[in-house]
Amino acid sequence: MTQAEIKLCSLLLQEHFGEIVEKIGVHLIRTGSQPLRVIAHDTGTSLDQVKKALCVLIQHNLVSYQVHKRGVVEYEAQCSRVLRMLRYPRYIYTTKTLYSDTGELIVEELLLNGKLTMSAVVKKVADRLTETMEDGKTMDYAEVSNTFVRLADTHFVQRCPSVPTTENSDPGPPPPAPTLVINEKDMYLVPKLSLIGKGKRRRSSDEDAAGEPKAKRPKHTTDNKEPIPDDGIYWQANLDRFHQHFRDQAIVSAVANRMDQTSSEIVRTMLRMSEITTSSSAPFTQPLSSNEIFRSLPVGYNISKQVLDQYLTLLADDPLEFVGKSGDSGGGMYVINLHKALASLATATLESVVQERFGSRCARIFRLVLQKKHLEQKQVEDFAMIPAKEAKDMLYKMLSENFMSLQEIPKTPDHAPSRTFYLYTVNILSAARMLLHRCYKSIANLIERRQFETKENKRLLEKSQRVEAIIASMQATGAEEAQLQEIEEMITAPERQQLETLKRNVNKLDASEIQVDETIFLLESYIECTTKRQ
Amino acid sequence: MASRGGGRGRGRGQLTFNMEAVGIGKGDTLPPPTLQPSPLFPPLEFRPVPLPSGEEGEYVLALKQELRGAMRQLPYFIRPAVPKRDWRRLPRELKIRVRKLQKERITILLPKRPPKTTEDKEETIQKLETLEKKEEEVTSEEDEEKEEEEEKEEEEEEEYDEEEHEEETDYIMSYFDNGEDFGGDSDDNMDEATY
Repeated sequence: MTQAEIKLCSLLLQEHFGEIVEKIGVHLIRTGSQPLRVIAHDTGTSLDQVKKALCVLIQHNLVSYQVHKRGVVEYEAQCSRVLRMLRYPRYIYTTKTLYSDTGELIVEELLLNGKLTMSAVVKKVADRLTETMEDGKTMDYAEVSNTFVRLADTHFVQRCPSVPTTENSDPGPPPPAPTLVINEKDMYLVPKLSLIGKGKRRRSSDEDAAGEPKAKRPKHTTDNKEPIPDDGIYWQANLDRFHQHFRDQAIVSAVANRMDQTSSEIVRTMLRMSEITTSSSAPFTQPLSSNEIFRSLPVGYNISKQVLDQYLTLLADDPLEFVGKSGDSGGGMYVINLHKALASLATATLESVVQERFGSRCARIFRLVLQKKHLEQKQVEDFAMIPAKEAKDMLYKMLSENFMSLQEIPKTPDHAPSRTFYLYTVNILSAARMLLHRCYKSIANLIERRQFETKENKRLLEKSQRVEAIIASMQATGAEEAQLQEIEEMITAPERQQLETLKRNVNKLDASEIQVDETIFLLESYIECTTKRQ
Repeated sequence: MASRGGGRGRGRGQLTFNMEAVGIGKGDTLPPPTLQPSPLFPPLEFRPVPLPSGEEGEYVLALKQELRGAMRQLPYFIRPAVPKRDWRRLPRELKIRVRKLQKERITILLPKRPPKTTEDKEETIQKLETLEKKEEEVTSEEDEEKEEEEEKEEEEEEEYDEEEHEEETDYIMSYFDNGEDFGGDSDDNMDEATY
């Protein structure tokens, strides 16, 4: 793990889980797999705190454990999973667009708590939704369950590996840690629960208690006595499925930008048809015949078969090669080249970065070298039609920032520099890695700056929070306008100004983090699919 | 040997390769030599592109800030522990945990854990209880006796050592006993001769 990644993980863990969990987590990321005693000894924290921290980390799927020989349990941290915490808002927002508020809250609860049973999720979400509804209305458990089932069917949530149910014929002592197993078929199987009930508001519990069936009455504290029907079946959010969705979204919007709306709709249909049939790391989707695509187009689109065929041919001939033709049966078999699409997206990201950082002429040179693969300096000047001095300058700038690299081709076996060709080339994989590393550093800087800004103005923030609390309580007890005015004036105008500036800055920093995370997603997907292939 | 002492005599400023191949012609002004590390915040030539705004951006932003706040309130956010106090200087009655622990030591192995909904964490707790039992056995035996493991003694020492371990004090639990249990233990083994 690079230093930048470790730093970023440390900041994220600290923000979300506190100092102790951060210390343990970072230690595990740095040193790899370790048993409990060694962790406590090396970090200098008490055994209790290490245990608590490990509980939290395991609950959130950030640390996994394994039993080694001699009964020692070793814990290992997943650095990449910690970095996913940056993307939580995006996951939740995506679910909102697909499954509205109910789905959004389900995924939010799952992400915040790591793992939950279905009944716990349904109950929490119903309670939360009931609070936001008008007085007198409550959220039915059944509706929440339905949304949950739909999420499971489309693989957005999945079951966690569970304790294997072995018969009691085991003669030996129970193992120090259970080895959790999960069956492929069971991963999305929703247990048959009959969750009857409604969400509860926090204050008006008396009204709800009246007309509910006694069997599954939602109680606050006495749940321990009732046996929970799906005990032991925990669910977690399936991040890979979300990533697949983001990737599809990126491809569709790329096609829309390059061509037009209709072609993007066609590509979206093709991707939707192959959602469940194609695994997330496949290089291309299953071949789809033109007839199938025609049948599955969304209802609103009434384009004729010939027009569809023309669009498909256009897409297949496009130099970006998002869509490829794999056969002629069924009116033409078409596939979407996922890996090529990701490579194009990563390349486009690199080009955009070069353009924004160095200017459009540099970008022209960059695209030129990308296209021609290897070019000598003289050739660059000729092809790009840029004067020699400027071209030289730009090439060296890009070389020094590692966007480009030099390839030496010796003419003579002694590699004499005067008799060697020096060719400029762009290695997309290594440039992508370099950019990814920079992204990690950027986000770490953004988070640090945001924490710094908040700390600087801590006193002012606390004061404003106190004033707000006072105003709220006074409004609740019905105070007059004049009194409220007086309280509000406790914060002077320049202080208000300072608060405004602080809020604007923090918002900007947060938005930047989200933006950089989108770039990270593209680059990571590209690197992952390329390295897997090789 | 003779040529290696160079760089000073003849051939000063000569490079091993032909400069023209790299593109620096004769008489061209080279950029000034760098005498210090590059500035911490180099001046930007181009302004960055504006951030995406609009409904989606605002919503995701608000969501992010809300999540950050929410996570601090959840029980997963572990606050740094209360500092160790020197119990010799404070009245004994302030140490409330003594009584509680003696009752609850059998049921809950980690009483200091913040209250969570046990039904959700039962699995994890059970897994880790078995984990911790094993660990604590190893720890306590090493600390206390510095002998090899004896299976028979595990039972009685387990409860005893948990208390000691939970307390993180310098004094073993029997320090705080008020002598009630003293007479009862010596009823057995009366036939041992006492000198």
